[in-house]
Amino acid sequence: MLVVEDLFVNYKAIKALNGVSCQVQQGEIVALIGANGAGKTTILNTISGIVPAASGKISFEGKDITDIPPHEIVRMGISQVPEGRRVFSKMSVLENLEMGAFVRNDKKGIQEAMEHVFQLFPRLAERRKQLAKTLSGGEQQMLAMGRALMSNPRLLLLDEPSMGLAPMLVEKIFEIIQEINASGTTIMLVEQNAHMALSIASRAYVLETGTVVLQGNAAELAADPEVRKAYLGE
Amino acid sequence: MFLQQLINGIALGSTYALIALGYTMVYGIITLINFAHGEIFMVGAFIGLLMVSVFKLNIFIAMALAMCVCMVLGVVIELIAYRRLRRSSRLSALISAIGVSIFLSSLALMVFGADAKGFPEGAFPLHQIHIGNADISTLQLTIIGIAAFLMLGLEFIVQKTKIGKAMRATSEDYAAAALMGINVNRVISFTFALGSALAAAGGVLVGLLYNAVSFNMGLMAGLKAFAAAVLGGIGSIPGAMLGGVLLGVTEIFGVAIGYSSYRDAIAFAILVLVLLFKPTGLLGQKIQKKV
Repeated sequence: MLVVEDLFVNYKAIKALNGVSCQVQQGEIVALIGANGAGKTTILNTISGIVPAASGKISFEGKDITDIPPHEIVRMGISQVPEGRRVFSKMSVLENLEMGAFVRNDKKGIQEAMEHVFQLFPRLAERRKQLAKTLSGGEQQMLAMGRALMSNPRLLLLDEPSMGLAPMLVEKIFEIIQEINASGTTIMLVEQNAHMALSIASRAYVLETGTVVLQGNAAELAADPEVRKAYLGE
Repeated sequence: MFLQQLINGIALGSTYALIALGYTMVYGIITLINFAHGEIFMVGAFIGLLMVSVFKLNIFIAMALAMCVCMVLGVVIELIAYRRLRRSSRLSALISAIGVSIFLSSLALMVFGADAKGFPEGAFPLHQIHIGNADISTLQLTIIGIAAFLMLGLEFIVQKTKIGKAMRATSEDYAAAALMGINVNRVISFTFALGSALAAAGGVLVGLLYNAVSFNMGLMAGLKAFAAAVLGGIGSIPGAMLGGVLLGVTEIFGVAIGYSSYRDAIAFAILVLVLLFKPTGLLGQKIQKKV
């Protein structure tokens, strides 16, 4: 479904990605794990089109999307839940969700998508009139996820959904990620919480300073002594 | 006397508010003080004047046309002078804005000459209305009415329409807005179009109020409206409305109590005081640095 080939990205003089290749098959949950600064977020942002690629190729469902602007990427069926949630704090929950459906014009479809989001996150339905800045961290994460689902993406990019959340909430969020995946959305997940990520992913890539150092089946990676030592704290 | 001055102040302040809105909206979305905005106001006044004096159009139709022309002008200025500088330092964009400002006022000087031009007699049916011992002109009421109407329209667009919501989203978080599928460039163009239309309306109204349109009218009006936008809280739309009216009223009362030679100084004294003691303005919010 998504193929990233030999991707290089620079931020001015700093090399963020040094020839990353990875892929995501339809229906999978693929995790990208690695330390801070390994380039995980950069991969997602390059796919979404908000960071330009220096070289390499990204294709989605057979189409080259490397140089396509972010608003077109959303139209093609890829949506991102950015790191740190980035909800529109001065807008209501409802308006945030409307923004998520910006690329759509089918009123009925938008209504259905919103009902689906409220089903996944009943808390959002209760708080639909509230400004996003009045929500708790967990609720904001739910809102960011719900917002990204409003465009009905076929591929959902999730950047650090567990960041700053209490352990119980993290489990809840990961359950919902599995639920979203079960209803047919392919997921690419960036996480520092490697333990959680590997527990729900089918496959995973381990990044270090802008390159993939390990890849494979998530369960096998979770059992790998190197990975256990470096990322699972054992 | 008080009522009289109050109406004078509100009428003048409404025109400041119309201009200030453009500053504040553009700042809200690309954090640029568009110093060419005063010149858009001046061009709007000239277009209105031309439509009335050369094409003999009704003043309100002339104003609508001036708004349309300036919409295009605003969008073109952003495209040519600011878009490429979006990622460079704000200082570069500011210098570019000053360049556009000088270009437009010099162009107007070449085309229309240095003398102030007035609207032809009867362009606006002027009557005086007596309320108590106040003499209020139909022109003042019209200015206040049109300004209020345009501001309500703006508020509707920003709060209720899809593009207006996209404007708010973009002004809050540029990258997150792009991730929603919002074409940020289009939203920025739209913002310039809206702000420029309001400035053009302000230009025609001020041209009528003083019965004078000149190539350099944008400079002082632009600076004062900028002061009004800062007073209200730069980036805040209701702030610009409030700031404009307050500034107009303060200025008129300053003149009324005998400080007419300090008329222009009042606005800038307020600007300095606001920047010193409450830089976020009356309705502005503290800008949170994004991590």
